[in-house]
Amino acid sequence: MAALFTLWALLRREIALAWAGGVATPLGFFLGAATLVPLAVGAERALLERIGPPLLLVFAGLAAIMTFERLLQADLEDGSIEQWALAPWPMEVFAAVKAIAAVIAIGGPITLTAAPLAIALQTPPAAAPVVVLAVGLALAAFYGFGLLGAALTAGVKRGGLLLALLVLPFMTPPLLFAAAAISAAAAGQSSVPPLTLLSACVLFAWTLGPFGAGAALRAHSES
Amino acid sequence: MVSNFANPARFLALTRWALPIAAGLAVLLFAIGLPWALLFAPADYLQGESVRIMFVHVPAASWALSGYMALAGASFVHLIWQHALADVAARAIAPVGAVYAGLCLATGSLWGKPTWGTWWVWDGRLTSMLILFLSYLGYLALRAAIEDEKRAARLGAILALVGAVNVPIVHFSVEWWNTLHQPSSFLRAGGVAIDPSLLWPLLIMGLGYGALFAALCLAQMRAHVLEQAGKRGYAPGDSP
Repeated sequence: MAALFTLWALLRREIALAWAGGVATPLGFFLGAATLVPLAVGAERALLERIGPPLLLVFAGLAAIMTFERLLQADLEDGSIEQWALAPWPMEVFAAVKAIAAVIAIGGPITLTAAPLAIALQTPPAAAPVVVLAVGLALAAFYGFGLLGAALTAGVKRGGLLLALLVLPFMTPPLLFAAAAISAAAAGQSSVPPLTLLSACVLFAWTLGPFGAGAALRAHSES
Repeated sequence: MVSNFANPARFLALTRWALPIAAGLAVLLFAIGLPWALLFAPADYLQGESVRIMFVHVPAASWALSGYMALAGASFVHLIWQHALADVAARAIAPVGAVYAGLCLATGSLWGKPTWGTWWVWDGRLTSMLILFLSYLGYLALRAAIEDEKRAARLGAILALVGAVNVPIVHFSVEWWNTLHQPSSFLRAGGVAIDPSLLWPLLIMGLGYGALFAALCLAQMRAHVLEQAGKRGYAPGDSP
């Protein structure tokens, strides 16, 4: 029971930190990029209907990449990671809580913003819930791998570009399935099969991400 | 058994012979395979002479993929048993694999132009190889960015292992997404679907690429072992 309270306190701390770290920057990027689309490709309804939702997905991924670098930066600077290495808990738990907090505090607002943006980009209202769900699930998968990339590049000077290169191969499958769900919904077909595969990607990310990140963080505190 | 070869001095003694053998084998196989493939093998009835690109394209693709698995294997051994030589192997495999993947992309692009009418298509197999190439580059960039060698080795090993789990998932997801590429002519139900007159030079080229891969890796591994010994300031058991 005490363990649950510790976890809950940790989660609240991490969410507060992620929120305070500035959710405005990725949100502003997401909004701004989506606003530029009709200006660049023209306001033709049929075209926007087709390319709008997949572009939202790409922008959500890019907004997430922007935030990966600072996921562990503060903990590295103030010594929290060393404290965690001393704590009787495995580093993997810390990594998992960290990633959950990032999904809630940063992924959540981006997902919610996707709904009005999807409507603004002329998504048929029937397909809009699938767009939001696909963006949300894809973000959940991205943050599982984003934390892994952040742990691998922690302490590397100007690691942001390196991080983007590292996480790109991992972001491909969730992006593909999210896009497939969106295009199935737009075509009026069932989006359940791609959404199921996307959920499998989320589980995969959350199995691999925290363990890889935990191992990488231990390598940092040991050597 | 493996730990017998983990001794740097024994490794140097062994590869003094293994390296020239692998390099000689590569030269021999290319000397037979290249003229056979490029001059004597019959042209394809559909693709004409451009089918000869296959002989330099397919082996590069399969060795690039196998190379990543070898990288993950070496990383696993390094991470679990902390064998220094396993990390030396991983360090040597990565750049060779990256070049093979790049070669596969370049020859594939050259083959795509006459066959499909375009240099690049966003096809499943091409995209999968591109992402493998990026995985190699990511591994190399991560190792280059971390100064502490021990830490670079461990973090690189973690990335290679996680990446190796991801490679098949990327492969099947992009193949499901969109494919134009012909399926493998070797690994398919109903046996090998390729004529012996093309199969033999392809096999020889495949073995040649493999021998070249091994020779390049062994040469780099020797250089890394000697460099590390030099840094520590003692001569390894192998006299130059």
